[in-house]
Amino acid sequence: MTAIPDQGNEPFRLSQLIYDTRYRAVTIQLIAIICVCLFFGWLISNAVTNLAAQGQDIDFGFFGAPSGYDISMSMIAYNSQSPHLTAAFVGLLNTLLVSFLAIVSATVLGVIAGILRLSNNWLISKLMSFYVEIFRNVPLLVWILIIIGVVINVFPQPREFRGDNATASMLFSESVAFTNRGVYIPKPIWETGSAVVVAVFILSVIGIFVFRRYARNLLYRTGTLLPVGWISLGIFVVPTTLAFVVMGTPISLEYPALRGFNFQGGIQVLGSLIALWFALTVYTGAFIAENVRAGILAISKGQTEASSALGLRSGMTMNLVILPQALRVIIPPLISQYLNITKNSSLAIAVGYPDLTATLGGITLNQTGRAMECVLLLMLFYLTISLSISFLMNIYNNAVKLKER
Amino acid sequence: MSDISFVQKEQIPPSPPPASEAGVTKWLRENLFNGFSGTLLTAISLVAIYYILSAAVPWLFFGVWSLDTLDPATNPMLSGMENSTLIQRCRVVLEGTGGGCFAVIDDRWRQLLYGFYPADQIWRINLAFLLLFVAIAPVLFNAVPRQLFAFTAVFPFVAYWLIWGGTIWGPISTLAGFALWYVVFRLIGDRSFVLGLIGGAFAGIIWWLFIGGAVAGGLSSVLPIGLESVESRDIGGFTTNFVIGLTSIAFSLPLGILLALGRQSNLFIIKGICVVFIEFIRGVPLITLLFVASVILAFFLPPGTNFDLFLRVIIMVTMFSAAYIAEVIRGGLAALPRGQYEAADAMGLDYWQAIRLIIMPQALKISIPGIVNVFIGLFKDTTLVSVISMFDMVGFIRGPLLSSTDWNGIYWELFAFASLLFFIFCYGISQYSQYLERKLATDHR
Repeated sequence: MTAIPDQGNEPFRLSQLIYDTRYRAVTIQLIAIICVCLFFGWLISNAVTNLAAQGQDIDFGFFGAPSGYDISMSMIAYNSQSPHLTAAFVGLLNTLLVSFLAIVSATVLGVIAGILRLSNNWLISKLMSFYVEIFRNVPLLVWILIIIGVVINVFPQPREFRGDNATASMLFSESVAFTNRGVYIPKPIWETGSAVVVAVFILSVIGIFVFRRYARNLLYRTGTLLPVGWISLGIFVVPTTLAFVVMGTPISLEYPALRGFNFQGGIQVLGSLIALWFALTVYTGAFIAENVRAGILAISKGQTEASSALGLRSGMTMNLVILPQALRVIIPPLISQYLNITKNSSLAIAVGYPDLTATLGGITLNQTGRAMECVLLLMLFYLTISLSISFLMNIYNNAVKLKER
Repeated sequence: MSDISFVQKEQIPPSPPPASEAGVTKWLRENLFNGFSGTLLTAISLVAIYYILSAAVPWLFFGVWSLDTLDPATNPMLSGMENSTLIQRCRVVLEGTGGGCFAVIDDRWRQLLYGFYPADQIWRINLAFLLLFVAIAPVLFNAVPRQLFAFTAVFPFVAYWLIWGGTIWGPISTLAGFALWYVVFRLIGDRSFVLGLIGGAFAGIIWWLFIGGAVAGGLSSVLPIGLESVESRDIGGFTTNFVIGLTSIAFSLPLGILLALGRQSNLFIIKGICVVFIEFIRGVPLITLLFVASVILAFFLPPGTNFDLFLRVIIMVTMFSAAYIAEVIRGGLAALPRGQYEAADAMGLDYWQAIRLIIMPQALKISIPGIVNVFIGLFKDTTLVSVISMFDMVGFIRGPLLSSTDWNGIYWELFAFASLLFFIFCYGISQYSQYLERKLATDHR
């Protein structure tokens, strides 16, 4: 029997670091990490030298100092004496607000446009193709600037609402006014007992989810199909209305009214918010429409034919057979569209909406001159938002995706 | 013999389908008036189309398109308006027609397309643009002779020289560095691909850092061939969008491939570095990266150097698009069947051979639609440089044009022009990508 040389006892040679796959991985990674460290060290030493040459330093202390500027829209208590950090949070909340509004409306618009683009109706499908191609192929910044132009130039001035021969009028029985300074909507006044109404409302929303789950289980168990839509609508409307009446109408609305040169009362929604919201909605809606269309087309024709063979009508085919399956294809690109909306909301700076980029990366940066700190913090905020959204949406994606065993 | 008189003896000619099942009627019924909801949708669409057309048609047809119309010497409507601004004259001519004042494009198209580029030098940008098509022809179409790839390799230097001007010896010396790289790579590349690449890079860097500058300086003093040099801040308009978009995508493709390979690699540290880079870049808006380019990147560069804003923006936009391209290519790599990797191993190919010869050609083919989408998105996003006060097309409209005395108050016509230009390019590119997808489809479904 010939002895097989034991490879493990071979003395280690230096050339093994390159030619032996066991050691080569270590060598390459060591070299990589040394290169990266050297590169960052070089960057940091440059920064230190450059900052010292300009007599600057890195100091986050200025965030506690009074900001000294006003913000036209703030959801938390804020005035020009509040610190820069509060200003940044005002901006953060405004970013989250416009992103949330745009995500909801773009999803609705995108799903409708995507389905209509596949419609049998020749005219509407062509019209939707036109919408998708126009909005996908022109930069968002151009759309935002066009839409802010509409708000400023086409919406009437407040004084045009005045007098007997007013050229503009309020909509929805004198409750909503579109002006070039923004849109005025009624403001709810919460009186005692309104907490009960709100609680009933929240409970009824939860009730809808419980009912839908029950209806689905019933469908799978017995095949009985309940009119889910109508019953959901009933649960949504009836208990809240009852509570509202029983508690003696505790919520009233304060209507905006023209006093002096401008509207008073109600809530003023900034024109820039309207423009940004609308632009993000129509732009991203076009992309979502394409995702929805691709998702529906990915479902094989046999599914539609099978459901027709079972006697389902076209609306039920869409709701019960096609969309649930298409959703699995649609959700991953949808997540990245939601992330895009959040990131694109930073274009608010072009229309003057006070979002995070405009407060922290704009006025605070210019007033304090601390570019390094502001931009780094700005990136950190956006990174946190993006990672949170993708985390939440991935949980949802894992819940609905096809479980393969 | 049975009586067969009841049998039809000659064939009855086929009768035409019912009127409702043929021709225009059928098409209308199926495509426009398909049930109540179909009819309703048609009606809504018609109303929408009416509203769009009733605004757009007069605007386009009654518009003033030529600057000559606004000349008080020839147009009797404008008599006595010699001292008025162009927009005032335009409003007088358009009184009550609802037309648009497109004469602004006739007046300012040069600046919209080229910025403040010297008017007698604009042919250089046009020439670079034309040469671009020669350079990308072999990439786009198989029928073009392969030798043209040599021109594709030289094109970036030619374009740089044409647009920025200056002595010709600078770009030639840079090109010589790459030539040196290639020579060294050919010398040792046979033995080890990576070693050849690294050795070549080393030789190239030594050339660029220590020798090239001196050689270029010497040659330009002996033989001063060159074009009038143009500052970066004079380059603007659509040219800026185009240059930033194209340069960034060209640089980010190799970078994105490397990042994607790094993210797929089983080397733990390299994978970590790539993941952090990609996720960081994808998590922040492009505007913040442009802020980095405009206000803080200069701090991180060696003291004493003065990088142009144009260059700093290109660096950041390249990093931005590299992260997105890396994700697209990672998708392509993941879509390849595992057997391809195993087959490459079984053939005895090493890692880089397998990547170069087996994996990448297939993965890139799968990723083409995604890469084109990234490119279209990036091209549109180049308009964001207007936020850091560069005069690209949108920046030029928002800055010098809207505030100029002659055109103060004009708005829609300019943005319509910008939209149209972007639409033509982006739609064209996306159509090409669909053509490419069909051409490269090798599956027989």
